[in-house]
Amino acid sequence: MPSSPMIGYAHVTKSFGSLRALSDVSLDIAEGEFVAIVGGSGSGKTTLLRLTNRLIEADGGTITVEGEDVRDVDPVALRRRIGYVFQSGGLFPHLSVADNIGITPRLLGVSAADIAARVDELLELVQLDRAAHRDRLPEALSGGQRQRVGVARALAARPRIVLMDEPFGALDPLTRDALGDDYRSLHRKLGLTTVMITHDMTEALLLADRIAVMRGGQLRAQGTPDELTRSGDGYVLELLRTPRRQAERLNALLPQGGAA
Amino acid sequence: MSLLTDPRWGEALAHLPDYLGNHVQVSLAALALGLAVSLPLAILTRNRPAPRGLLLAFASIVQTVPGLALLALFYPLLLAAASVALAWFGVSFSAFGFLPAMLALALYSMLPVLRNGITGLNGIDPALIEAAKGVGMTGRQSLLMVELPLALPVMMAGIRTAAVWVIGTATLSTPIGQTSLGNYIFAGLQTQNWVFVLFGCLASALLALAVDQLLGLIENGLRRRSRLRAALGCIGIAALVAATLVPTMGRSSQGYVVGAKTFAEQYVLSALLRDRLQAAGLSATARSSLGSSVIFEALKAGDIDLYVDYSGTLWANQLHRSDIKPRTELLAELKTALARDNITLLGDLGFENAYALVMPRKRAEALGIRTIADLAAHASTMSIAGDYEFFSRPEWAALQRAYGLSFRAQRQMQPDFMYAAAASGEVDVIAGYTSDGLIAKYDLVALDDIRHAIPPYDAILLLAPKRAGDERLQAALRPLLGKIDIATMREANLRASGNDANSSPDAVAKWLWGKVQQ
Repeated sequence: MPSSPMIGYAHVTKSFGSLRALSDVSLDIAEGEFVAIVGGSGSGKTTLLRLTNRLIEADGGTITVEGEDVRDVDPVALRRRIGYVFQSGGLFPHLSVADNIGITPRLLGVSAADIAARVDELLELVQLDRAAHRDRLPEALSGGQRQRVGVARALAARPRIVLMDEPFGALDPLTRDALGDDYRSLHRKLGLTTVMITHDMTEALLLADRIAVMRGGQLRAQGTPDELTRSGDGYVLELLRTPRRQAERLNALLPQGGAA
Repeated sequence: MSLLTDPRWGEALAHLPDYLGNHVQVSLAALALGLAVSLPLAILTRNRPAPRGLLLAFASIVQTVPGLALLALFYPLLLAAASVALAWFGVSFSAFGFLPAMLALALYSMLPVLRNGITGLNGIDPALIEAAKGVGMTGRQSLLMVELPLALPVMMAGIRTAAVWVIGTATLSTPIGQTSLGNYIFAGLQTQNWVFVLFGCLASALLALAVDQLLGLIENGLRRRSRLRAALGCIGIAALVAATLVPTMGRSSQGYVVGAKTFAEQYVLSALLRDRLQAAGLSATARSSLGSSVIFEALKAGDIDLYVDYSGTLWANQLHRSDIKPRTELLAELKTALARDNITLLGDLGFENAYALVMPRKRAEALGIRTIADLAAHASTMSIAGDYEFFSRPEWAALQRAYGLSFRAQRQMQPDFMYAAAASGEVDVIAGYTSDGLIAKYDLVALDDIRHAIPPYDAILLLAPKRAGDERLQAALRPLLGKIDIATMREANLRASGNDANSSPDAVAKWLWGKVQQ
């Protein structure tokens, strides 16, 4: 692990009223890493993600992004340099696909011509047909297409970091699988640092380099899939057993190599 | 005569550019002011439940005040503000017509705009507001680029409701001196000119409908994100506004303004005065259907230049006197008192329009009633009707005191309907006007006021302070002084109460001038 992480969480705590959402969470994420934070609802995983670009503020501890304490960075500027993919897209329904994708560059004062060129580039990157989709409104897109636009929008201002809030949760399995793979290759190709939160351990295992498991506001374990299997934590081991059990049952049910 | 070929349609149509233009002007200004106040308030309070609740409660209360009352309230309010402004800053403004009407209507427009504005802004999916923050928008950018555009269709629906309310309620601004499509309705009701009433109703309904449809087109365009519809709606509204406002623009000052209260005799007399001024080469217009307390203040403030009032009315309402004096003494004292306000009492027209207790002649004879004192013995089994102000006027209190009158029931009525109601027996006694031609028409009789509880009501010509030394004006009016006797005025009023083309105030005024010259 490099001496200065891309994103660093040190002893982070956060409460909402009397509810303790995070207690003493420490986690480092290196440049180029794809980290999945796995946990159920109420585990604190979403809170941790939202603290990263100051959508909410921590009560205690320190969060650093690219070596800087986020409290020293203007929150608006911070959010503009970190890509964020929202659950089920979060696209603005009154703006076209192109206007949605170009929103952050527009806020940064990029010229209209440069934005238009960038939008075309991004549509290609997320494999959407330029002519067919550019001027459509989000309501005219399928769920998968919407999430591709969401990814394109997050990448528009060339961020080095992308935060993803259950990005593929609401999609059908085929779309979900394709989108996950496509994003994974974008992550590698662009040299991004990605933090994705998900409740689905299978998805985390298939996409991420490293997995952090959260429960009840605490970080229970972190590491590569291999390292996690050696964790002594019962909850973590139970989470890992489920995908394996499912895989074994599927193996038994489906004839080997018999893909139709 | 068939309704469709009635020449009064043409007469009504001739007023349309003026009435419609003024109607649109005041409605537009009120709506613009209402929006300019309500929309920022809706935006400011969208995340603050406590002030939002207060604001909506205030707007709801305003809404429950009847439109006519709200408009009427703004007149004295502004009058007081104008005198304060004059005392403190040495400048004043007109509390008459446009300003009070616009302010009251603006207040009236606030509720739908506020309610829909707040609903629209609060109804936005919180995930989208978070997304706006997440892509790097400031609070202001989020409001302008995401929240307002998304709330716009709902806001537009509120604006649409407000526009229809304002256009409808603007017809009630006539009595405070704002010309509007209500002029047709008020004048038509008072002179039983149903063509005017119908025309006024149709015109304001069509205007409201057209605006509603055009704003609906814009709302629809915003909702479906169709630029074409929204643009068509905007063009339609702009065209409508331009078409109604252009004919009234660029018109020079109106010259002398002749005021008239809200009954037929006043319409006829104001038309007569206007004609006399025009015949003398002076430019003049009549401003009709003014509330009876508004009209005196308007004269005092110089918003109108002249009108006809009645000595007893001013004696009681302006001088607050309850004693009765013989007519010449009362006139002299009134003249001195008005002069203190720089108002010129030019002289009397020659007839009296007094309140009188009136009942069917046959019934009075059967019961042996000739005087109000005779009536007092039967009053407890009888009902009485009066106009909208009679029962709160000092004369009624004086009558009750002098004769010990106590009726079984009392009702308020549109003055022109009272006589028919008395004739048909629907009420037993009415507080009528002695100059009204309908007394003879329905075979009614005015009972003698033997104890002189009611003061004399000579019709008198009043001039605004700024016209005190205006010799041309006074020369044009003097030929009328003392020339209209009660019989002539009764006949004129009877003619005006008819429901045909010769009964319009203008036509009757011409007839009356003919009689004066004989």
